[in-house]
Amino acid sequence: MPADFNWAIGGEAGDGIDSTGKIFAQALSRAGRHVFTSKDFASRIRGGYTAYKVRTAIDPVQSVVDRLDVLIALTQRTIDENLDELHEGSVIIYDGDRSTMADVEIPEGMVGLDIPLKALAEEAGGAIMRNVVALGAACAVADFPIENLDSALQKRFGGKGEAIVENNKKAARAGLEYVHDEYDHEFDYDLETTDEDYVLINGDQAIGMGAIAAGCRFYAGYPITPATDVMEYLTGRIERYGGHVVQAEDELAAINLALGAARAGARSMTATSGPGIDLMTETFGLVATSETPLVIVDVMRSGPSTGMPTKQEQGDLNMMLYGGHGEIPRFVVAPTSIDECFWKTVEAFNFAEKYQVPVYVAADLAMAVTEQTFSPEAFDMDEVEIDRGKVVDDDSIDEWLDEEGRFQPHALTDDGVSPRAFPGTEQGAHMSTGLEHDELGRRTEDRSMRVEQVDKRDRKVETAKETEDFSPREFGDADSDTLILSWGSNEGALVEALDFLEEDGIDVRFLSVPYMFPRPDLTEEIEAADEVIVVECNATGQFANVVEHDTLTRVKRINKYDGVRFKADELADEIKATLDAEEVSA
Amino acid sequence: MSSNVRFTDFKSDKQPTWCPGCGDFGTMNGIMKALANSGTDPDNTFMVAGIGCSGKIGTYMHSYAIHGVHGRSLPVAAGVKLANPDLTVVAAGGDGDGYSIGAGHFIHAVRRNVDMAYTVMDNRIYGLTKGQASPTSREDFETSTTPEGPKQPPVNPLALSLAAGGTFIAQSFATDHKRHAEIVQEAIEHDGFGFVNVFSPCVTFNDVDTYDYFRDNLVDLADTDHDPTDYDAAKEKILDSSKEYEGVIYKDESSVSYEEKFGVDQNMSDIPSGAPDDAMDLVREFY
Repeated sequence: MPADFNWAIGGEAGDGIDSTGKIFAQALSRAGRHVFTSKDFASRIRGGYTAYKVRTAIDPVQSVVDRLDVLIALTQRTIDENLDELHEGSVIIYDGDRSTMADVEIPEGMVGLDIPLKALAEEAGGAIMRNVVALGAACAVADFPIENLDSALQKRFGGKGEAIVENNKKAARAGLEYVHDEYDHEFDYDLETTDEDYVLINGDQAIGMGAIAAGCRFYAGYPITPATDVMEYLTGRIERYGGHVVQAEDELAAINLALGAARAGARSMTATSGPGIDLMTETFGLVATSETPLVIVDVMRSGPSTGMPTKQEQGDLNMMLYGGHGEIPRFVVAPTSIDECFWKTVEAFNFAEKYQVPVYVAADLAMAVTEQTFSPEAFDMDEVEIDRGKVVDDDSIDEWLDEEGRFQPHALTDDGVSPRAFPGTEQGAHMSTGLEHDELGRRTEDRSMRVEQVDKRDRKVETAKETEDFSPREFGDADSDTLILSWGSNEGALVEALDFLEEDGIDVRFLSVPYMFPRPDLTEEIEAADEVIVVECNATGQFANVVEHDTLTRVKRINKYDGVRFKADELADEIKATLDAEEVSA
Repeated sequence: MSSNVRFTDFKSDKQPTWCPGCGDFGTMNGIMKALANSGTDPDNTFMVAGIGCSGKIGTYMHSYAIHGVHGRSLPVAAGVKLANPDLTVVAAGGDGDGYSIGAGHFIHAVRRNVDMAYTVMDNRIYGLTKGQASPTSREDFETSTTPEGPKQPPVNPLALSLAAGGTFIAQSFATDHKRHAEIVQEAIEHDGFGFVNVFSPCVTFNDVDTYDYFRDNLVDLADTDHDPTDYDAAKEKILDSSKEYEGVIYKDESSVSYEEKFGVDQNMSDIPSGAPDDAMDLVREFY
């Protein structure tokens, strides 16, 4: 059997798919196995098709693959939707008594396990537990010790009382025993356990946790898929540290609330998706020109307009790099993995305050709603450093007062960064404005001051380039003639694709770029390569365009914009095809 | 905070560019007096202004301030206050800023009831763009963009506020200096969202809602037996379109501010130099 095991539960929205999948993922994590989850979901509360998929192995997993070994299907559509991933020997668990599954068709070569999930659940205490019966059955198929399920059930249902937990354990065992009793089929799976303790976390949660760690104390947002988890994570947690979350009336208010808090000296953040960024772009320019440190998270989803709200896309890069009228520097950091969502958020807050700029954290749906296991040390809080930049206090403010004793929040400095006085600082009272302003923050249309302020703001970027490390993350064979570039959540699939390619004797160099602006100069790396392929989830190659612009070199592109993330095996095939095409044409 | 703050301490050395005779002069002076009388000082005061003639107010005053995006002053002000509840926060804008482009925020700011004051310089006209109808312009008010009048009833901001659960609803007149300053001070000191609609005549573009008009038609509630804590009496005054009222029209004395309800009481600018001491507990939650 392969080293990894791929499992899914699918049905209609409202079937409890998400929570059941999460229980199984948690059980595997608690058993010391690595887990990577993904979701197929629709923007509706009931009906449609939704699935929760789990890939697990002893070694770290960071991608989905095109293979499904065990599928719990609550609807025929669940089977139909996954035909490409199911293979000979795949096991499909279903309840033939359910009306939607009465005429079920198990594809040839696959094993259908017809289990009276509802009836067994009712015997254990209630039909609502039918999915847990299915989990028990899955444990039997996968030869996964059912005790591991118990702690996950405890975590999920502990708050509802011991009796509920016990009933669920009973339901799980009913499913397990049914398989043992009714099917003498030998299943080819053996899910081993280890003593490792892993945490199971998604990208949105990692961003929220990173924010708290970084000292963020104010969050304002408006619920939007797939960014809502950030807000839900912070609510109830940030208060423990003296912070607060405001659910705003819209994204216009959200960014303005966050801006106000930042002006008052708080580390402040908002998170949204593309449609929210559209609205926030109105205030973005004010944030930037008033030199207010602010972290704006864009968890990208498929656009434009309402697009495909529950589908993957990396289509907002241009918007983050160039959005808004006029010209003003902004930073754009793009975490490349779920643990990096944590670290890049921490870094974003430091960039925001050190350079007094808005910082976009460019995440995407594929990492935001995906859970992955990590050692707790991946989030070592002792490593978190907070740099607040040029903040002045009652004493140090003196050197930034003009001859009339007025504070100069936009003082022209060599590094472009001006002093910052939090309200309440004596002698610090000053004006900020979206109008072009002088060193005092007052409106001006003076031609030389205009030029000096524009240059000052741009100088901050140069300072950052000299000061910070914007290096890409390096994978694969550094000496290879083939260079793959990517950004955002594609890193995991690419890293695993490298293994597939290696099996076929193809070595490539892969640079995963987490900084979109300021960004690394990749000219040397690109000139050293014969083939450069840029991989991203959009149609027009927004990052590829940037790379071509920076390096004056044409690159090859692999683009995916069907709403589904890259899968490791599929990506390896695409890279091979791109390289083969090159050979043919050469 | 120093104890001998004068209202002129809140004045900047920048000369206003408002038209001579503009109501905004009186509005601003009253705000500065109210701030001084309420016991704050410029270093502990935050002014938030929107766009339009009214939006320039922050420039002519001396305090921490931001002159923001059109219509968004209220969320900015709420953010400032929540991040540092020790500050005195005043938002100022015009009828266009507050009741047109920012109308959505107005309703929600009222509902939210953050402890701050909001003064709207209501001149019933768009002045800075040289005389177009505003949301409070009369139905038959002829302007360059509404030659036969807007043909829509004007917004009643007091009624909007009452409907949204307002806890402090007042109206003042820019040149009635003493009353205006008193009313704004009461709004600042109110425990919640203190809303004051200020009649601030535009001498250049509005020849209907003039100083004379307001002088002739204003009824000061202080001269009547109006009880601002009486909701029904307040409702009656607010819906009475036959008169213009000056004074505190409604005041909920049991108002509890948003900050108090949520226990937001810290200056959020104070943070450690690393992650919180117990931050690994956040990680362990994900076991």
